[in-house]
Amino acid sequence: MNNLLHLSQSVLAQNEAIPQLPTPEIAWSAFIPLLILAVGGLLLLTFTSLMPAFAKSSWALTGYTVAVAIGTIVACIPLWNRVQRVCEAGEVCQAGAFSTAAGAWGVDGFSIFLTILMAASVALAALVMHDYLETEGLTGPEPYVLLMLSASGGVIMASANDLIVVFIGLEILSIAVYVLAGMHLLRLASQEAAVKYLVLGAFASAFFLYGISMVYGATGSTSLIDIQGFLATNVLTSNGTLLAGIAMLLIGFGFKIAAVPFHAWTPDVYQGAPSPVVAYMASGVKVAGFAGLMRVFLLAFTDYAADDWRPVMLVLAIATMAVGAVLAIVQTDVKRTLAYSSISHAGFIMVGVHAASDVGVSAALFYLAAYTFIVAGSFGVITLVGRKGDNLHALSDYHGLSRRRPMLAVVFTIFLLAQAGVPLTSGFFAKFYVIRAAVEGESYVLAIAAMITAVIGAFLYLRIIVAMFMSDPLDDHGEIDANLSDEEAAAARIELRDKVTAAEGPPIRIPTLAAVSIGLALLVTVAVGFLPGLVSGFANDALPQLVAAGS
Amino acid sequence: MTPALLNLAIAVPAIGALIVAFVPGGRGDSARMVALMASAITGVITVSMLLDFDTSNAGFQFVTNRTWISDFGISWHVGIDGISLFLVVLTGLLFPLTIVAITPEHDPKPYYAWLLVLQAGSIGVFAALDLFVFFVFFEIVLVPMYMLIGGWGHGRRVYAAVKFFLYTMVGSALMLVGILALVSLQAKATGDPITFDLVTIAENFQVSENAARWIFLSFAAAFAVKVPLFPVHTWLPDAHTEAPTAGSVILAGVMLKLGTYGFVRFGLYLFPEASHYFAPLFLTLGVIGILYGAAVATMQKDLKRLVAYSSIAHLGFIILGIFAFTVQSLEGAIFQMVNHGISTGALFMLVGMIYERRHTRMISELGGLQKSAPIMAGVFTVVMLSSIGLPGLNGFVGEFLILLGAFGTARWWAVVAAAGVILAALYLLWAYQRVFHGEAEGDNATMADLRFSEGLALLPLLALIVFLGIYPKPMLERMEPAVMNLVAHIEEEVPDFNPPDDFTPPDDFERVVPTVAGETAEGEGE
Repeated sequence: MNNLLHLSQSVLAQNEAIPQLPTPEIAWSAFIPLLILAVGGLLLLTFTSLMPAFAKSSWALTGYTVAVAIGTIVACIPLWNRVQRVCEAGEVCQAGAFSTAAGAWGVDGFSIFLTILMAASVALAALVMHDYLETEGLTGPEPYVLLMLSASGGVIMASANDLIVVFIGLEILSIAVYVLAGMHLLRLASQEAAVKYLVLGAFASAFFLYGISMVYGATGSTSLIDIQGFLATNVLTSNGTLLAGIAMLLIGFGFKIAAVPFHAWTPDVYQGAPSPVVAYMASGVKVAGFAGLMRVFLLAFTDYAADDWRPVMLVLAIATMAVGAVLAIVQTDVKRTLAYSSISHAGFIMVGVHAASDVGVSAALFYLAAYTFIVAGSFGVITLVGRKGDNLHALSDYHGLSRRRPMLAVVFTIFLLAQAGVPLTSGFFAKFYVIRAAVEGESYVLAIAAMITAVIGAFLYLRIIVAMFMSDPLDDHGEIDANLSDEEAAAARIELRDKVTAAEGPPIRIPTLAAVSIGLALLVTVAVGFLPGLVSGFANDALPQLVAAGS
Repeated sequence: MTPALLNLAIAVPAIGALIVAFVPGGRGDSARMVALMASAITGVITVSMLLDFDTSNAGFQFVTNRTWISDFGISWHVGIDGISLFLVVLTGLLFPLTIVAITPEHDPKPYYAWLLVLQAGSIGVFAALDLFVFFVFFEIVLVPMYMLIGGWGHGRRVYAAVKFFLYTMVGSALMLVGILALVSLQAKATGDPITFDLVTIAENFQVSENAARWIFLSFAAAFAVKVPLFPVHTWLPDAHTEAPTAGSVILAGVMLKLGTYGFVRFGLYLFPEASHYFAPLFLTLGVIGILYGAAVATMQKDLKRLVAYSSIAHLGFIILGIFAFTVQSLEGAIFQMVNHGISTGALFMLVGMIYERRHTRMISELGGLQKSAPIMAGVFTVVMLSSIGLPGLNGFVGEFLILLGAFGTARWWAVVAAAGVILAALYLLWAYQRVFHGEAEGDNATMADLRFSEGLALLPLLALIVFLGIYPKPMLERMEPAVMNLVAHIEEEVPDFNPPDDFTPPDDFERVVPTVAGETAEGEGE
C-alpha cells in the first residue's frame, strides 16, 4: 500500500502531463453568515421531515427562523469589525476588506451591510407569516425554509465578485421566491402571480446569462476583479459586445429591482402573492437586486460609468420614479398602490446608484436600509387588514380604520408618511441623502425630477390616509333622510350601522408576533428619523471594494 | 437670559401633544385641559422671552447650537432676533386663545394633539437657524394642518386638505434641492467642511451670483406658495373655507407668516444680491396680490371666503414691505405680519362663532346681527377697523410704515398699493353692513351673543389691537436693531444697492456679525 502510494507520487512527479487541479484557498470565516442562513434553512427541512411533530408547532418554526436570522446578523459583527479595522503601524493583523475562494467571494462593508438587511427582512417577514399561515391553513415548515434559502441567495449576490456567482445567487433567490409567491394553494391569484413571476423571471435570467457571456467574450473573464483590471488597462477598439453585455445585465437586474420598463410583473405579483411574502419581496428581494446591481456596475464597469451606463441609468431612474408614482395614483387596491410605490422607491435608489460616487452609494444603502423596514412594516399592516382570505385590500376596506383600529391606523399613517418622505421619519433622510448625492454630482435635473415625483407620490399616500381617517364608512352606504321623525331616524341609523358592520367584514385581529414585527419596523423608522447617524455611519463605511484574493 | 427658554417653547407643546395622544379616556375634557395647559405654558415662556429680550442686541439671542448629524454639518441651531421674536410670541399666544375660544365638534383628543404639534412646529420654523432644521419644521407643520382641515373641516374638506398639502409640498420640494445645492456649492467654494448653518453660510457667502439666483428662486417657490403670492394662491381660499375655525385662525395667524418670514430670513439675509435682483418681480406680484385679493374679496358671497381673500391682499402689503429693502418698510412688514395674525385671527374666530350659531356663512342669509348680538358686533367693528388700517389701531402703523419705506425705493409700486387701502375699506365695510346692519329676521333675530369664554379669548386680541395702535414703540424698538443689521448686511453684499439717504441706518451704526461658535447653551438639546 505504502509502495503503491510512493509509486504514484513519483509517477506524478515525473509526469507533468497529469494536471493538478489547484483548489482555491477558502477563508471559511468569510462564509459564516451565509452558512448560518443556508444551512439553517436546509437543516430545518431535514429536521422537520424526520420529526413531523416539530413541523406542527408554528411557534417553534417562527422562533427557529428568527433565531437563524439573528444568528446571521450576530455572525456579521466580527466580520464587520475585521473589515473596518485599521492596522496600526508595524502591527501584523487582519484588517480591511478581503476576498477569498480565488477572488470569487468578496467581504467588504457593502456585503456585510446588505447581509444584515437581508436577515432583518427575513425576521420581519417570518414574524408576520406566523399567524398568517395558521389562519390560512397553510402551516408547515416550507415557507420558512424557502424564506431562509432565498435570503441566502441574496447574501451571495451581495458578496459575489464573479458574474457567475452573482447568477447563482440570483437563481437561488428567485426560485425560492417563485414558490413563495404561489404558496397560497387556495387563492387563484397567488397561483397566477407565481406563474407570471416565474415566466418573466426566467426570461430576465436568460437576459442576464446572455449578458454574462457577452461580457466574458469582450473581457475574457467573469471575475469582477479581472474585468475591472482588464478595462482599466485596455482600450477596446470595438466595444459593441461589451456594451451589449452591460445592457443585458442591466435588464436582468432591472427586472429584479422592478425598474421601469421592466416593472410590469410587479403590481400583479404583489397583488396576488400572499401579503407576508410581499413584505419580503418588496424588502429582501429588492435589496438583493440592488446589491448585485451596485456590485457589478460600480465595481466592474467603473470605467464605463460616465459615458455609457450612467446616462441610461438617469433615464431609467426618472422613468421608474415617475411611472411608479403616477400609476400608483389611479389604483383602487392598496396592495397594488404600494406595489407601484415600491417601483417609485426603486427609482429613488437608482438616483443614488446613478451618482456612482461614494456619497451616492452610501445614500443608496441608507435608502435600502430605511426602505426595508418601512415597507416590511407597511405590508405587515396590509396583512392584518387583509384578514382571513387575504382579500380585503381595496381602498374602501380602509375606510374608517381609524375608528376600528386606531393604533393600527396611526402606525400605518407613520409608515405612509415615511414613504412620502415627511421629516422625522427614516424615509425623509433616505430621500434627503439620495437627492444630496444627485446635487453633489450636479445632476440637478435628476434632483428636481426626484422631488417632483416625491410630491406626486405624497398624493397617493395621502389618499390612503384620507381613507383611514377622513372617510366615514357610513357615507358609503347612503345618508339618513333628514325628513324622518326621530324614531324612524333612530331605526334607520341602526339599520345603517348593521349594513356598515356587514360591509366591514370580520374584525381585524392583531396577533402578537405580527405586532412585534410591525413595532420593530416602526421603531427603526422613527428612531432613524430622529437620529439618522444610527444607520448613516454604517452606510458610509459600507462602500463596495474589490480586493484581489491573497493580497 | 436662559437659552433653554426657546428650546422649552418648542418642547413643551410637543410633549403636550404626546401626553394628549396617550392620555386614556374617551372624553375630551382631560385632553382639553392638557392642551390648554401646554399651550398656555408655551405662551408664558414666549412672553417671558419677550420681556427678557435685550433690545440693544442686534444678533441672535436665546441661542442653542448643538451638533445633530455631524457628518453632514447639521446642528440643532436655534435662536431669535428682533425679526422672529414677535412671530414666536404671536404663535405662543394665538394657540391658547384658539383653544379657549373653540371646541371641536368631534374627536377632541387627536384634534388637540395635532394643534399642539402645529404650535411646536411653527415656533420651530421661526427659531431655526440651520437650513436643515428649518426645512424639517417647515415640512412637518404640513401634517397637522392637513389633518385638521381634512378631519374637522366642512364641505369639501378632503379636497381642500390635499390641495393644501400638495401645493405646499411642490414648493418645499424645490427648496430642498435648493438647500442641498447651496450647501454643496458653498462647501466647494470655501473648501470648508459641509455645513447647513444659516449664519455661517450667510456671513461668508461664496456661491457664484448666477447659481445663487437660481437657488434663491427655488427657496422663493416654497415661500411664495406659503404666503401665498398671486399666481400660486389658489389653495388658500379652499383651505380657509373648508378648515375648522381653529384651522383658519392658525393658518392665517401663524402659517402664512412662515412664507413671509422665510422671505426675510432665507431670502434677504441669505441671498441679498439675488433678492435685490428679483425684487421688481416680487414687488409686482405683491401689488397684484393687494389689488386682486381686494377685488375678489368684494365679490364673495361667503363671509369666510371674503376674509380669506382679504388675507391675500394683506400679505401682498407685507411682500411689498420686504422687497422695498428699507428699514422702515421692513419694520412695517414685520409689524404687519403680527397685525395680520391678530386681526385676521380674530376675524376668523368671529366668523366661526357666527357659523356655529347660524350654521351658515352666506352673507345673504345673515343680517341685522347688531340687534341680537351687540357685543359681538362691537368686537367685529374694532377688529375690522384694525384690518382696514384705521389710524389709532395697529393695522395703520404697519401699513403706514410699509408705504413710507417703500415710497423711497419702490415708488410706483407703493403708489398703486396705497389704493389697496381704500379697497380694503370697501369690501370690509360693505360686508359688515350686510351682516350686522338692517332688520334681523328669523334666526338672525334670536342669535346668542358672545359667551364668556369666547369673550375671554377675544379680549387679549382687542387689547393688543388698541395697544399696538397707540403705542407701537416697545415692538419697534425691539425689532429695529435686527432690521438695521439686515439692511446693513444687504448694503455690504449688494454692489448696486442704493437706498435713499434718509432711509439708511445712521453712520455710526456698526453692523453686528452674529457669532456661531461659543454660544452653546447648557440647555437641553432636542
